[in-house]
Order: sequence, then structure tokens, then C-alpha cells
Amino acid sequence: MNEFVVLMKSELMVTAIIFLLLFIKVGKGMKNEQLLPMVQTLLLVNLILGFFFNKEGNLFGDMFHTSSLIAFEKNILNLGVYLIALLCSDWLKKSDNLSEFFLLMLSALLGMFLLISSGNLLIFYLALELATIPVAAMANFDLEKKRSSESAMKMILSSAFSSGILLFGISLIYGITGSISFSELPQLADGSSLFTLAFIFLFSAFAFKLSVVPFHLWTADVYEGSPIAVTSFLSVISKASVAFILMTVLFKVFQPIQAIWYALIIILAVASMLIGNLFAIRQQNIKRFLAFSSIAQVGFILIGISSNDTMGSTSVIYFILIYLFSNLAAFGVASVISEHTGKENIDDYKGLYKTNPFLSWIIALALFSLAGIPPTAGFFGKLFLLTAAGAKASYGLILVAALNMIISLYYYLRVVRAIFMDKNDSPVPAIQTGASVKLGMYICAAGIVLTGMMGWIYDYIQSLH
Amino acid sequence: MNLLLLLGVPLFTACAILLWRNQQQVKWVALAGSVVQMVLAIVLLFAFRGERAAQHTSQLLFEQSYPLIQSLNIHFHIGVDGISVSMILLTAFVVIAGVLVSWNVEKMTREFYFLLLLLALGAYGFFISFNLFVLFFFLEISVIPKYLLIGIWGSGKKEYSANKLVLMLMFGSALIMVGMLGLYFAGNHDFDLISLSHATISPERQNLLFPLLFLGFGVFTALFPLHTWVPDGHSSAPTAGSMFLAGISMKLGGYGCLRVAIFLLPEGAKEYANIIIILSSIAILYGAFVTMMQKDLKYINAYSSVSHVGFSLLAMGMLTQTAITGALMQMISHGLMTALFFAVIGMIYDRTHTRMVDEMGGLMKVMPFITTVLFIVGLCSLGLPGLSGFVAEMTVFMGSWQRDDTFHRIATIAAAMSIVVTAVYILRAVGQTAMGPIKHAAHLQLKDAAWNEKLAAIILLAGILSIGIAPGWLNDLLTPGAEIIMNRIAGK
Repeated sequence: MNEFVVLMKSELMVTAIIFLLLFIKVGKGMKNEQLLPMVQTLLLVNLILGFFFNKEGNLFGDMFHTSSLIAFEKNILNLGVYLIALLCSDWLKKSDNLSEFFLLMLSALLGMFLLISSGNLLIFYLALELATIPVAAMANFDLEKKRSSESAMKMILSSAFSSGILLFGISLIYGITGSISFSELPQLADGSSLFTLAFIFLFSAFAFKLSVVPFHLWTADVYEGSPIAVTSFLSVISKASVAFILMTVLFKVFQPIQAIWYALIIILAVASMLIGNLFAIRQQNIKRFLAFSSIAQVGFILIGISSNDTMGSTSVIYFILIYLFSNLAAFGVASVISEHTGKENIDDYKGLYKTNPFLSWIIALALFSLAGIPPTAGFFGKLFLLTAAGAKASYGLILVAALNMIISLYYYLRVVRAIFMDKNDSPVPAIQTGASVKLGMYICAAGIVLTGMMGWIYDYIQSLH
Repeated sequence: MNLLLLLGVPLFTACAILLWRNQQQVKWVALAGSVVQMVLAIVLLFAFRGERAAQHTSQLLFEQSYPLIQSLNIHFHIGVDGISVSMILLTAFVVIAGVLVSWNVEKMTREFYFLLLLLALGAYGFFISFNLFVLFFFLEISVIPKYLLIGIWGSGKKEYSANKLVLMLMFGSALIMVGMLGLYFAGNHDFDLISLSHATISPERQNLLFPLLFLGFGVFTALFPLHTWVPDGHSSAPTAGSMFLAGISMKLGGYGCLRVAIFLLPEGAKEYANIIIILSSIAILYGAFVTMMQKDLKYINAYSSVSHVGFSLLAMGMLTQTAITGALMQMISHGLMTALFFAVIGMIYDRTHTRMVDEMGGLMKVMPFITTVLFIVGLCSLGLPGLSGFVAEMTVFMGSWQRDDTFHRIATIAAAMSIVVTAVYILRAVGQTAMGPIKHAAHLQLKDAAWNEKLAAIILLAGILSIGIAPGWLNDLLTPGAEIIMNRIAGK
């Protein structure tokens, strides 16, 4: 019993918050002004507790596995959810269904926790569904907007499709090996072409969730239609959780067919970087813009994963932590501007610096970090990813990645230029943001500047392995 | 002396600037910070000479090393040798002059000085770091300030120029990054410059990595044909921005070519030396001839920079000790000279609101101080004895002449011929601006240099003259460093 509580403490904490919210909803209910700070405090407590009492162990006959590394990964997700609750609080405050929003978001988070901890394909599948379906409901959260329902519809249909493929892959694997356990599969994998086919089916489900090219087609539409809080959740938290479990699955379960997935990942990484970057150049809507930029970023994550060692997984986790700060900061500014003025186009950002210097610096910092320019942490993140991959990869691949950084800099600079240099007769008016939004932005800015400088964070992640 | 001070002072000044609201206070804080930097640089020079005089002959002095990321074996390793000390002096001179000539910036003054000091921080960090990773970090730190300085405070087609400059420099960085990672894996997972120089790297690997690193740093220092960002970037940047770009940033590239590419990969350097010589000879002649056709003062100086920097690249390709010393001297001389040139052009532009040579004339009568400085800097550019340009170019040619085969002789002669072309365009531009009748009635009302402009010009002139009249001290600083590089090339 005691071990159960300790090992599953992250899941239990989130479940407790979910039930608390349910009771409040079913009972008298609370005003948004009280509910929101309460939830934010609970999430902060959850985040802080996540650093303590971490133990390694298995539960339910190897179905659930946890270790200090997995606990750290879960805490990265906790941090992201806390930041979203802060950054989007201006939007959340006005929502009629605040508690439902958090209920859905935390359910998805719970699903992601189970996903990262999963020890066999059954729980993996269940957790993946739990992590997806609430998000589709969240995408539909702007009930009065048609685009929002459209994006929810797109998301649920395409997720259903990818789940189908995933299930097919799982059943093939079970058919070949007679096992669905992560610990038994490596011995049973026979490397036959049927097994490879099953792996490709399984992998496409991952690729879909990560929106890797060519499974990225849903991304831009869903990102554009959903409320920004949901978009940032999708682009950061969802992707992070899937990247974490992808590493576990590839490094442990599919180690015997490592040669096959290495080639696959490299091809997809290059395709994602190129397509994501090239499409991002032409985007006008800031959400679509960030959608394509995040596709390109996933390409980088895949390059790190291709290294297939602890150095690779350290640098991927480190990169995701930085990516979380940078992308959430960018989405946070977009959310504030969209909430107060309804403007979401890059052209609307022209002359923003004159009226909103604070927001301008935050988004500029975030974009420079996404582009990988020092002194921001993105520089360190990308460089370490390439360092990890470089041990195996050819110079050509690193050069392709480096050239892609130049393309991405080109379009990130477009936004910076609009904000700082272009003239505008009617710029966005000066915006008064709430205190918690400011707090969230300060945390993100500190993360962007300091995570890179403090090299011990990298060493710490490495030591968790 | 603690080298961390060189990083701490600009950083502290930059942060202090953000605290002040008042424009006037911001300027004084920036000036105070850059004065402290200059004092530090001069103290460093004397401390360094003192240590050397006391027979401390280790390659680096004032070394410090802190672990940054242990699992990747990255250490924050800093130290100086004679080359770094002279580069730091150059930086300090240009920074203080840059702060002084920007005294009249009205638009977003606080941000302007903040970015300027961030550039200085990057340069100091670059010159003292002896770990490739840290060096690359400081090289890249200047991207944001450069982009914003040109894009916000620039003139003309500034957005285009800022974009072009940053993207081209990023291309250079991309090449450097690949080369750097290649060195990391070739040298036992180590980024440290000193231990990499003791590692054995196979000639095949060197031939693969050398072009990446040399081209990458070459973009920063306007290696032909990757020089196209120079004219646009320099002419669109605000005065202090041009001074920094030409005076310091281009030197980062030259220093990197020498310290990283040639020092670490001597076999590669030998393999590609002839290509470097061909490219830099083209740059020298092409730059000179293109300058003849320019009518805008800033373009004149920008293209002539391409030509002048070509001398130091040419000297690197010669691979003799005198030539490498000359390359370094040319870098420092050109840094001071071109910064002063841009400063004077900025002063003229502030008054006449034009940079076109044929719209000006007779300015000697209304602003004697500014035009005198223009004359001196022009003469320095064409290599008049007594000024730094002569010393540097002479050393380069002497070093090049030591290679006595036909190929090297032809390159040396071709490069030396360009001095004639330089004389033509410099004398024409300076003469038209300063002499003759005054073209516009409005020009009669113009005032001569203000105190801040005079001070900036005098500081840079002092640097130029101290090298021109007594080059011995600079030679003493640079020769041991050049000797170490030569020993690597000779395989000792």
C-alpha cells in the first residue's frame, strides 16, 4: 500500500485535484476569481512535491514503471501545465466553464503520466487515448466559434485514425511475439519483415502525436482553430510526453531493430525540419506560424533521439525543457494579445514595441531561443542535441540541421522585425496584463535565459539515468 | 589580473543602463563603463608585459578554468596570450569611441547602449576564451545586437541589410558549428583549444574540417566571395554599429581563422593555403576596383575594408611567421582605422545629411578638425609611413616575399599593386569632400566637431599613431603567438 502511494504519487496528486474540482463543480461551485488562484496554487504545490520522494519501482506486474528520471519528466509536464494556467489566466478568467477546462486538461495530464510510466502496450494504448480525447474536447472550448469545433472534429477524426493504426500494429506485435510487455519484447523480437511492419504502424502513431512530417497535416488547422491555451498544451505538453515515451520504446523495446529505426528517424527528422521550416515562412497567422515552427523543432528532437544513448536522451529532455519555456512564452504573448484585441496575425504585431515593450521583449526572447541564438537557452539545447547525434551521424546530417537553423532564423526574424522595426499607424494598444500572466512570463524569461547558462541542469538530468 | 573583470564590467554596465530612465544618465553610465573597460585593457597590457618580463613563458597567462557541463567535458577556460591582449585593446578603443560618437542618439537611447555593450561583451569573451564551445557562444551572442542595431537605428534599406547580414553570418556559424563538433569527436570529446592542439588529428580529418572552420570564420571576416554582407551591412548600420562591425566583428572572424582553423588544423591549412591566397588576392584587387566606382562614403569604406581585410587573409595563406604577425597587425590597424573612418563619415553625415562624395566639397573651410582627421585616416588607409597602415602592410608584404616561388610572388605583387588603386580612390574621395568650393550654401553654417566627437577621434588616432610610430610593442606582443602557430605548421 505504502509503495503504491509513493510510486504513483504524481498520478494520485493529479487525481486528487481532479476530484476536488469535480466536487466543487457538483457542489455549490466557485467564482472564477477564487477558483483560478486556487487551481494555480494546487498546481504549484503539485510541481514542488514532484521533486521529492522519487523512487524507482514497478507496479501491477510491470504494467507501471517509474524512476527518478521518469519523475523528472513528469515534473516537466507539471511545470508546463502550471505555466499555462498562469499565462492564459486572462482568457481563463472570462471562461464560463473554468473548472471543466482544468478537469479536461488534468485528465489529459494524468493520461500522459501513465503513458510515460507505461510498461506494456495495453496500458500504453489506454494512456494514449486518455491523453488525447480530453484534448479534443478542449480544442472545442470556444463554443461560440465555428473554427474551434471544426478543429476539434479534425483532431478527433485523425486521432481515431492513428489509434486504429496503432492498434493494428499492437495486434501484429502480439501475434508475432505473443507478448505485450516492454521488458519481454526485446528478447522476442525476431527482426522479421512482419515485425518491422508492426513497428512502422506503431511508430506512425507516435509520429502522428508528435506531428512529424508526413503525419503533420492536422497540426496547423487544429492549432489555428483551438483557443491558445489548448494550442500551447498541444504543442508543448502533448509533444513532450510522446517524445519521452518514444525514447523509452525505441531505446528499450525496439533496440534489436535499431538499424531500421535509425534510418527511419533520420529521414523523418530531415523531412520535418525542411517542410516545417519552408511552410512556416509563408504563414500569416501567429498560431499557424508556431505550428509549423514546432514541426521543425520536432525534427531536431528526432535528431537527438537518433543517437540512441543516454547522452541523446539527456539532451532531448534538456531541449524539451527549454522548448517548453520558449514556446509557452511565445504562446503566452500571443494569448494575451489575442485575448485583449482579437488580433492573431503577424502583421498586427507591427509596431508592438512602441506600445508594449515588455510583451515585445518576451516574445523576441522566446523566438530567439526557438531559433537557437545565444545567450538564450535554445542555443545550448540545439547544440547539445547535435553534439549527442554527432557521435553517430555524418557531418552532412549535422550540416543539414545547421542550415535549417538558418532558414528558421529567417522566419523568426520576420516576427521580430514586425515588432521592432516596421511602422504601423494603428498598433496594438497598450495592454494591461494580470499579475499571474506577468509572473508566468517572468518564469519563462528566466527559464530561457538561465537554463542554458546553468550547465548543472544538464549534468543533473544526465545523473538521473 | 582577473580576466573575469573583462566580462563583468560590460555586463554590469549593460545591466546598470537598464535601471536608468533618463537619457543623459544612460549616456554617462555607458561612458563610465567603457572608460573602465579601457583602463582594464591598458592595465592588462602592462600586467601581461610585466609577467612576460618576469620570465613567465607559458602560452597563456592569467588562466582560469571552471567546469561548465561536466558530462560533456565543457569547461569555461579563459586566458590571454599576446594576440588576445592586443585584440582586447583594440576592442576597448573602439568601444569607447563608439559610445562617444553615439552621444546624439535620441531614439530609444537606453536600448541602444544596452545592445552596444552586449556587443562589446561578446567580443571580450571571444578573445579570452580558450574553449571552442565558449568561444562559439561569445561569437554568436552578437547576432541579436547586430540585427537590432542595424534594423532599428540604421538608415537606408536597413531591414534588408540587417536580414542579409544576420543570415549570412549565421551561415558562417553553421559551418563553424559542424567543424567544431567534428573537432570534438576527433579530439577525444574535448572542446579545449589547448588540449585539442596536442591531440593528433589525421590529415584526412583535417582536410575535411579545415574548410568548414576557415570558411565559417571567413564569412565573418569577409572572405571573398562571402563578403556581400559587408557593404550593405556597414552602410545601413548606425555610425557606432558600423564601427563595431568593421572594427571588431570582422576581426573576430580573422582571429578565429588563425586561432581555430590554422592553429588546430595545420595540415589542413597547408592543403588549402593556395586557395586562400587566390581568394584573398581576388578580394584585394576586386575590393579596390569596386571602391573606385563608389560614390557613397560608407560604401567606399566598406568595399575598401573588403580589400584591406584581404591583406590579412593573404598573409595567413602565406604561412610564414612574419606574414602571420603581419596579418594580426593588419587586423588591429584596420580595426582602428576603419572605426575612425566610419566615425568621421558619421560626423560628416550628421551635419550635411548626405554621404555622396559629389554633393560635398570644401568642407575643410567649415569643419577643419573633422576633415583633418579624414585626411589622416585616408592616408593611413593608403599606407603612409608613420601611421599604422604602413607598418601592417609592410609586415604582410615582407612576410609574403619570403615565399619565393612564382605563385606566391605573383600573389604578393598583385596585392601590392592594389595600393596604387587605393591611393586613387582615397585621394579622390577625401579631396573632393574637403577641397574645392563649397557646393551648398547650407554647408557654410555647419559646425565643427563637438567635444565627444573630438575625444573619440583623438582616442582612435592615438592608437593609430602609437602603432605607426613605435610598432615595437605590438610586434613584441604578437610575435610569440605567431611563433606558436608557426611551430604547429612546421610540425614541431
